[in-house]
Amino acid sequence: MRFMIILKSDERTEAGQLPTEQELTEMGNYNEELVKAGVMLAGEGLQPSSKGARVRFSGGNTTVTDGPFSETKELIAGFWLIQAKSKDEAVEWVKRVPIGADQETEIEIRQVFEAEDFGDAYTPEVREQEDRLRAQVEANQQ
Amino acid sequence: MDATASKDELGGPPTQPAISATHRAIEAVWRIESARVIAGLTRLVRDVGTAEELAQDALVAALEQWPVAGVPRNPGAWLMAVGKRRAIDLIRRKERLERKQAQLGHELAPGTAPKATGGVPGPQAATATDDIGDDLLGLIFTACHPVLSTEARLALTLRLIGGLTTDEIARAFLASEPAIAQRIVRAKRTLAGAHVPFDVPRDDELARRLPSVLEVIYLIFNEGYSATAGDDWMRPELCGEALRLGRIVAELLPAEPEVQGLVALMEIQASRIRARTGPSGEPILLLDQNRGRWDQMLIRRGLTALARAERLGGANGSYALQAAIAACHARAGAPEDTDWARIASLYGTLAQRSASPVVELNRAVAVSMADGPEAGLALVDQLTDAPALRGYHLLPSVRGDLLSKLGRPDEARTEFERAAAMTRNERERALLMERANAAGQT
Repeated sequence: MRFMIILKSDERTEAGQLPTEQELTEMGNYNEELVKAGVMLAGEGLQPSSKGARVRFSGGNTTVTDGPFSETKELIAGFWLIQAKSKDEAVEWVKRVPIGADQETEIEIRQVFEAEDFGDAYTPEVREQEDRLRAQVEANQQ
Repeated sequence: MDATASKDELGGPPTQPAISATHRAIEAVWRIESARVIAGLTRLVRDVGTAEELAQDALVAALEQWPVAGVPRNPGAWLMAVGKRRAIDLIRRKERLERKQAQLGHELAPGTAPKATGGVPGPQAATATDDIGDDLLGLIFTACHPVLSTEARLALTLRLIGGLTTDEIARAFLASEPAIAQRIVRAKRTLAGAHVPFDVPRDDELARRLPSVLEVIYLIFNEGYSATAGDDWMRPELCGEALRLGRIVAELLPAEPEVQGLVALMEIQASRIRARTGPSGEPILLLDQNRGRWDQMLIRRGLTALARAERLGGANGSYALQAAIAACHARAGAPEDTDWARIASLYGTLAQRSASPVVELNRAVAVSMADGPEAGLALVDQLTDAPALRGYHLLPSVRGDLLSKLGRPDEARTEFERAAAMTRNERERALLMERANAAGQT
């Protein structure tokens, strides 16, 4: 199963302050650990909300508001997409995110919908037990 | 291992939820750290069976201590330290025993030299090497050692590297738990009996042994990819497990193109999982799939790995070639955009590597798509006597399809009926009979 790990913003990220060299190294090491463990699928850091915008939908109309947005703690500063066996494993990985002792922030873990979450309807159903060659002929390939 | 305490136990002590939470955390730590701990301990004691037992001892210690003292800051290092301490105790006990035996032998047969304590490294070896990556690779190569049967390799790899429980492995392979436990015990015994050295093979030896590792990973992937409906959730999870293993090996052996090729192949195949079955579980063929449901992130990851394999000079590796074929489909926004000429040529290269009638049949289909059904049929007709394809329903099925496109309905119908009689898959039989009837009506 996959999880999106959402790193929340704080005053620093919203001010567009870049991480220190040490922070960058630590985060780099952490990401490398995720890659080496085969769990990292994707991950990006986000620019402050001042460079973003919101599109509001109401009554069939859209209204665009440019950033910055005020509710700092509800904003997102970055994300990872990881593959883990359980939510507990995802939690364990998140506990290892290098956040300095002087920092106050929150990281949210959300599970990504997978094909099987849509019920039996989406579980694969072709099995050719006799065909150990796993040969899939192009026209019959899935 | 069963680290999950029942949460709905009535009348438990008030600390029960806290203990349960710690147990779940320990289970997660085990999943993340067990392979590295077992690998590090194997380096010390030179036997995976013993190393796994020591690691389990460390886990038991964690289950006893962490609920009280809290989860340590670096849980992996904690487990490793406890495991190493027990390993050193074990080695010392063994050395004492061997000294005693040697002494005894000396006393019984004066004049003979005391037996050397060779084979068992002293505790100083604990600090000799700390290369976690090398240890992990050593463990992977040991679990996939050719002295083991394929089934044993799969079970041992999932157990030692994947950190899966015996129960999970049993569910994944639709086997009983005792059967899997027995398989793992026997595999460990075989490794010990064959005195398989614990190290990472180099150069020629690496080239000889790597295919077994890759095969194990791809078999695990396919076990998940071909899982049937209503199966345990553990089976589809195998695809993810195999991808994880593949990515780990790719990181550990960054210069090996075939590892990249395998990862590319698995990523691209996995990208279609959402699109390959319909609402009632019926299979949807590649060309009929809704490409909007293909996972673009996995495709991108697959294409990147494929480019890496090619850059490393591995474009003609068997996995890289299969990945390149999968990539042709992945790159095509619509079925009609598919570069069939390139697919046909890739199958041609693949056929040169491993003369397989199944690959030839694939090539024939690709040629028919690129150059028309006549050209494809000419190739298929060369395969009708191949012994490997006897009883293989896709041969008459492909032939029927080409004949039908060539406006030869009677022959097409016969072929579809033959194919229907050969397949054991009910849905497929229905589909083939449908095609047989349709061909007869034209």
